[in-house]
Amino acid sequence: MTGLIIAESAIFTIFVVAYLYYLGRDVSGPTPKQVLEIPWFYSVCLLSSSGFIIAAEHAIEHGKVAAFKVWWAITMVLGIIFLYGTGVEWRKLIVEDHLTISTNLFGTTYYSLVGLHASHVIVGLLMMLVVMVFTLLGKVEQRHAQRIKTLALYWHFVDAVWVVVFTVVYVVGR
Amino acid sequence: MGSETYPVAGGAVHEAPARNTYLEVIHSWIVTVDHKKLGIMYIVYALLFLVVAGIEALLMRIQLAAPHLHFLDPQTFNRMFTMHGTTMVFLVGMMILFGLGNYLVPLMIGARDMAFPRLNAFSFWMSAFAGLLLYFSFIGGNGLAGTGTAPDVGWFAYAPLTEKAFSPGHTIDYWTVALLANGVGSIGTAINILATVFCMRTKGMTLLRMPLLPWLYATMSFLTLVAISPLTAAQAMLMIDRYLGGHFFDTQAGGSALLWAHFFWIFGHPEVYVLVLPAFGMASEIIPVFSRKAIFGYPAMVAASVGIGFISLGVWAHHMFTIGMTSYGNAFFTLSTMLVGIPTGIKIFNWLATIWGGRIRFQVPMMFACAFLLQFLIAGLTGIMLSVSAWDWQLHNSYFVVAHFHYVLVGGIVFMLFGALTYWYPKMTGRMLSERLGKWHFWLMLIGFHMTFDLMHIPGLLGMPRWIYTYEADRGWGTLNLLVSIGAFIQAIAVLICVINMVWSYFRGPLAGPDPWDAWTLEWSTASPPPSYNFATDPVVHSRRPLWDLKHPEDPDSAFE
Amino acid sequence: MRVSELKPQERIPRVKLRTSHFRLAVVASALMSAAEAAMASSPTSIFSELSTPAQQENGLAFFVLGICAVIFVSVAGLLVYAMWKFRAKKTDTQQEPPQVFGSVQIELSWTIIPILIVVVLFLGTARVLFSVQDAPKPKNALDVTAVGHQYWWEYHYPQYGVAVANELHIPVATGDGGRTTYIKLTSADVIHSFWIPQLGGKTDMLPNRVNEMWLDPKKTGEYLGQCGQFCGAEHAKMLLRVYVDTPEQFAAWIAGQQKTQAELTAATATSTDDAIDAATGQRVFEQQACINCHTVQGTMANGRFGPDLTHLASRKTLASGAMDNTPENLKAWIADPSQFKPGCLMPAMHLTDKQNAQITAYLETLK
Repeated sequence: MTGLIIAESAIFTIFVVAYLYYLGRDVSGPTPKQVLEIPWFYSVCLLSSSGFIIAAEHAIEHGKVAAFKVWWAITMVLGIIFLYGTGVEWRKLIVEDHLTISTNLFGTTYYSLVGLHASHVIVGLLMMLVVMVFTLLGKVEQRHAQRIKTLALYWHFVDAVWVVVFTVVYVVGR
Repeated sequence: MGSETYPVAGGAVHEAPARNTYLEVIHSWIVTVDHKKLGIMYIVYALLFLVVAGIEALLMRIQLAAPHLHFLDPQTFNRMFTMHGTTMVFLVGMMILFGLGNYLVPLMIGARDMAFPRLNAFSFWMSAFAGLLLYFSFIGGNGLAGTGTAPDVGWFAYAPLTEKAFSPGHTIDYWTVALLANGVGSIGTAINILATVFCMRTKGMTLLRMPLLPWLYATMSFLTLVAISPLTAAQAMLMIDRYLGGHFFDTQAGGSALLWAHFFWIFGHPEVYVLVLPAFGMASEIIPVFSRKAIFGYPAMVAASVGIGFISLGVWAHHMFTIGMTSYGNAFFTLSTMLVGIPTGIKIFNWLATIWGGRIRFQVPMMFACAFLLQFLIAGLTGIMLSVSAWDWQLHNSYFVVAHFHYVLVGGIVFMLFGALTYWYPKMTGRMLSERLGKWHFWLMLIGFHMTFDLMHIPGLLGMPRWIYTYEADRGWGTLNLLVSIGAFIQAIAVLICVINMVWSYFRGPLAGPDPWDAWTLEWSTASPPPSYNFATDPVVHSRRPLWDLKHPEDPDSAFE
Repeated sequence: MRVSELKPQERIPRVKLRTSHFRLAVVASALMSAAEAAMASSPTSIFSELSTPAQQENGLAFFVLGICAVIFVSVAGLLVYAMWKFRAKKTDTQQEPPQVFGSVQIELSWTIIPILIVVVLFLGTARVLFSVQDAPKPKNALDVTAVGHQYWWEYHYPQYGVAVANELHIPVATGDGGRTTYIKLTSADVIHSFWIPQLGGKTDMLPNRVNEMWLDPKKTGEYLGQCGQFCGAEHAKMLLRVYVDTPEQFAAWIAGQQKTQAELTAATATSTDDAIDAATGQRVFEQQACINCHTVQGTMANGRFGPDLTHLASRKTLASGAMDNTPENLKAWIADPSQFKPGCLMPAMHLTDKQNAQITAYLETLK
């Protein structure tokens, strides 16, 4: 998982570099300052989900499967809320501000970077769903704790990437 | 492949199983997760594409043998050099090196298999599929002019030539998607090698007792993780531009052609170190055995290898000295490139010191390793010449550069690969290659290589640029190009002899036994070919050369480390 | 046996210089002079002193070559010597040679010496790098803007209001009236690279970006080069021709280029549609799609996609060096450009032979 994280970090770095390089170079179209609103609530949801997944890891390490189920479910719900928030934001940008991936440089780099992150959130949620299904079927036990921690590490990575993306897009970029 | 009856460490005797039907044999290879079988499949796949890419090269050399020939039309020639480069780097180089790594790393560290056998199989099939997709481009799609839609923009695919406006067909798409898939396979194998090296070494094998080949493979895998990803990202951006209307490299909308160049070379330069580091590892295994001496300066070799890995991440813009960076940018990359030459030089000196005072057996693997040493030295020196940015303004994109990198890739890596294949072929198949055919292979390869690539430097110095399908007669390049082309055909004959040797020896070669070269690392302690579980009991090591300790109980390495 | 057990004189062998070494040196220098002679004979050899950038790069090249040659001879010499001296002989016993694991002093020295060599090389490079790239621009420099296209070159002289294509004229830089030429480089489509080896290194031309270079040629004459960055199907035929003129020749050329088309062709009002002459040719030309891509100043042809044809007949070659500028070649080119440069962006115009002849007659007057 560490190896995968190294590789994925490199991919994200390149998209971040492209985003930063193209800041302010638009020839036309809406600028970040004009259309971006800082997604405080949804970011708090996503980042706090890391805390809840730690609780879930702790629970399964100690064999408390019932508690694990609860923390795991909360993590997933927070992730879904984050995705919903991204969807709301994109709907506003496309329908009201007429910003799409092909509008200008900002559109291209914004949707690519945030979209890349969102796709990683989706993959994470799908994997967590698989674990949830297995847990509900009674198949997950304390001895699976190491595997669950590996998946949790991926989730922490996704959250860490969001910290970077958030800073670059909503703080630096505006 | 069935095993024979033999005694292994621990005393157990293995019975040969009953013969399987052809279908069962093929099925076992398709579903295997055994690192040895996967390694062999990688190697065979790569050798097939070596022949294909070699033919592409020969076609180009025929076209360039004299000025204004019409053997290939311009579009076909452009497809040839694009496919030749892309194939050689990704489908030959990466595949054969990952294949050898797959085969050797678990054996050399005393492990039963790689850390993630199913990921291993997935990575192989992904990369294999990618190669087939790339070559499907010759017959598929609707291209610009007749020869299908094979990509024709060079293996580096500079934007904005690759944007929809300048490449409207599907040539770029085949290039991009095939390499994205190949990259996924590479990243998978890299993760596997790192996990195996760090987590699965046998008892007593600290990292500093690990043979140099796994060290070099670990460094190369780390580089793969960090370097392939920028290419993946840049290709994703290119596809977004081409199909979703993005503007990453769309200069009309403010996009930047320079950005692609940076991203590509951030990948591209570490990539060539990914290709060369395993060759260093092979040299560090073969040269000691055939000089009958331990490798000189093992800790320095480890430090130099890891150092090369890290420094190589900071030299990429030496491919871009003419693109218009500031003088400070040019100066920085000049310095970083020269610095990477220092650990590389140290390795050459260490190999020299290993040979010094030895008792050199000039069997075929050592002959290739010796040629590697001299050729790699020259390649490194022409590299230093190219790092001199102010002179590079003349040399860049000329045939001098082509000569330099072929010197590294063929004179260094391919020669070392031939040596490695000869050295480990007995382990993989249980039979020795013919020494006589091997020598023919070596000498023809040497003569052809030098004829082609020594001379190729000169047209570069006389102003011949790259990527041209023909040239003017008044430039003075004609005779040299003819000789270069003849050398290419000599090399082709050498490769043909190699293939014949490998096939013939598989059926008729003398049986090898577990340790035909009198070597010292763990893979030689098990049968040839090894049983599926590699080692009957987990080996325990006390030094860097466990078999030396066993063979020389009066003078074991463990007393000196 | 360990190395510490060897006697001191056994550790480092000595090499005696023999006659064979001197013979080798003589042969090597003969080869080098032959190589130099060969290099001098090519019109695009990079070993040139004909312009300051080329000259400085040349000097640096020999400096680097010298250092690398010394490194090569010493290291390769040691390698070959070791391979010969330490080969296994039949008289050897089966005993293994002494195992040597390393030596801190030796390893330190071969780390420090390369670092010193790198410092020397870097300083030498930096000197030339800054001197060429950051050279201050003289007040009387000639400004040229070069725009790369698939597969031709567009040049502007903003100080004179002149636009030409494919053949560049610049004044010599030495002597009375000599001027340095400063070129701004960009591209209209993909990445190209401007390279005249005898006058200096190459500089890339990128779309949406302006790069700069300078040349100060010391001798008049015709200089050859070609595009140095793959730009598509006809990259190989994107050839460069630079004419270095005396200041007087250059001034005369500029004056000629500044003449408008009206001053060049004396149109007769009485030409008929059947006549194959310049006046009819001009009318036919203006009726074709040619005018959408090409410019002829003073007429309605003002396309920017293809080369400026205002002074086409004054050029030595057509299609950026693809062939000599003769009426037959021009006719053949117009009939089907892909015969000469398959993949070039000018389509076959599907003209009748008569139209082709008329247009050619007209174009031949555009001196």
